[in-house]
Amino acid sequence: MENQKFIFPRKLASITLSMVGIGVLALVVSYFTGVGSERIAANLLLNSYYFLSLGLIGLFLVTVHTIAESGWHTSIQRVGEAMSAFIPVGGVLLLLLFVLGGMHLLYHWTHTDHLDAILLKKVAYLNTPFFYGRLLVYLVLWIGLAHFIRKNSLLLDQTGDLKFYRKFRMLSAVFVVVLAITSVTASWDWLMSIDAHWFSTLYGWYVFSSMLASGTAILILLVIALKQMGYMTHVNQEHIHDLGKYLFGFSIFWAYLWFSQYMLIWYANIPEETVYFYERHKHFSDVFYVNLILNFVVPFFALMTRNSKRGSLIMVPVALIIFIGHWVDLYQLIMPGVVGGENSGIGIPEIGITIGYVGLFLFVVFRSLTKAPLVPKHHPFYKESLEYHTQY
Amino acid sequence: MSKYITAYYSDEEDLLKGIGQIKADGLKIMDVLTPFPVHGLDKALSIPRSRLTRVAFWGGAVGATLGFGFQAWVFTIDYPLNIGGKPFFAVPSFMPVAFELTVLFSAFAMVIAFFLSNKLGPGAKPVIHDERATDDRFLVVVEVEENSPEERISQIEQALAKAGAEGITLKA
Repeated sequence: MENQKFIFPRKLASITLSMVGIGVLALVVSYFTGVGSERIAANLLLNSYYFLSLGLIGLFLVTVHTIAESGWHTSIQRVGEAMSAFIPVGGVLLLLLFVLGGMHLLYHWTHTDHLDAILLKKVAYLNTPFFYGRLLVYLVLWIGLAHFIRKNSLLLDQTGDLKFYRKFRMLSAVFVVVLAITSVTASWDWLMSIDAHWFSTLYGWYVFSSMLASGTAILILLVIALKQMGYMTHVNQEHIHDLGKYLFGFSIFWAYLWFSQYMLIWYANIPEETVYFYERHKHFSDVFYVNLILNFVVPFFALMTRNSKRGSLIMVPVALIIFIGHWVDLYQLIMPGVVGGENSGIGIPEIGITIGYVGLFLFVVFRSLTKAPLVPKHHPFYKESLEYHTQY
Repeated sequence: MSKYITAYYSDEEDLLKGIGQIKADGLKIMDVLTPFPVHGLDKALSIPRSRLTRVAFWGGAVGATLGFGFQAWVFTIDYPLNIGGKPFFAVPSFMPVAFELTVLFSAFAMVIAFFLSNKLGPGAKPVIHDERATDDRFLVVVEVEENSPEERISQIEQALAKAGAEGITLKA
């Protein structure tokens, strides 16, 4: 009981794999029905970035609780670690997208013979070799740290030797610092450089907060799903309650950064800055407001009371809404710049490819969950985690 | 005026055990005073959850409405000013003030509600059962009526002593 491992049900495996099939089919269909290669590339970027970030946030939550020595989190540590198994997959998919012609479709600063004065000034940062160099550095750091953090966590569990705990904690601290820098620069590279003339100093944190909220939502959904399947019996209301507080807090944090960025640009009213929101108001006004409602209004009111955070009745729908909401958020970051108002929309490429990525993500995460006991029972904070209870 | 019978403990484990015993004897505990928060005390005393959170919500709702409404009224009806060519009804610029007033009203409402429900504030008379409640003593206070018969009081005192109290005092 205590040492139980997750067994990946055959039915679930075939469901997730057929979702991947739907994704591939949607990709092929949208290629041959001529929705435009920009739109396909934009969808692949959106989903690769989204699910790669979910993996990173899974590891981020593990590491940040490890260096804070928080006891309660130990009981759900394995789920965050399993999410991090998607980092290599998402990273490779992103790399493939860029290598196989995505760069030219997504980033107009790669059209080096058509650069204007503003883009010429940015060539020192926005050039193809440096772009790939940074990409490789991010992937090597993320995948390497994820691998060694996971390895030490498993060694700690097998041997109970605190030597591995200290190593685990040290690597966690390194990862938090690395992610603090690379998550910001990665969002500049992959998302902000779509609109290469425009910039915002807040952009990196804004995107990070978005990913933090959706990563927490996915963590909650996975934990509740595992409990439904009869695993993780040691996780109780108190742990779910704390995760709910995170979801509530990160959603407000996201709204705060969204507003900080929007209001300054709106107030200063400088044309080279407002052009970004002008495009979004003109062609994407539905998406613009839906984004705010899904990611702020819904969680703010739904998760405000204590009881709503302590059960799955409200948490599951709200976590799903936030998961969709931050997909919409990425949609409005990417589509206006790459596809434009006339050719974009939500159809087969968007929905089908996203289903494919969801299937792949779930497949990788569940497969990773089967590899280690769900209970890290040699972790020094394991007992504390079981005793945990929270007041408000 | 009522009288207070106070039993003291010097350990929180004994206190929690004692409370269970006292409740089993059917005595009504008025209050428990401890030098630091004791885990599980709320549950042992079956204290319902604080309603302060509702006060916070409605205080915040009033603050948000007033903050937003006042600015909307000033800038569209009472004294419209053209600021940088922005529309008079400029929602983004109303947000920071509305937010601040939400926090302010919420905080004030909570402080006032806290004072009212605990009968604190200027002119409030403190009831000190034992000065060492702020140092190292855990007190259980039982309230009895002013003109209770002697037998009733000694009966309570016996019950408290049975529940492991290390000392019992009677205060008018």
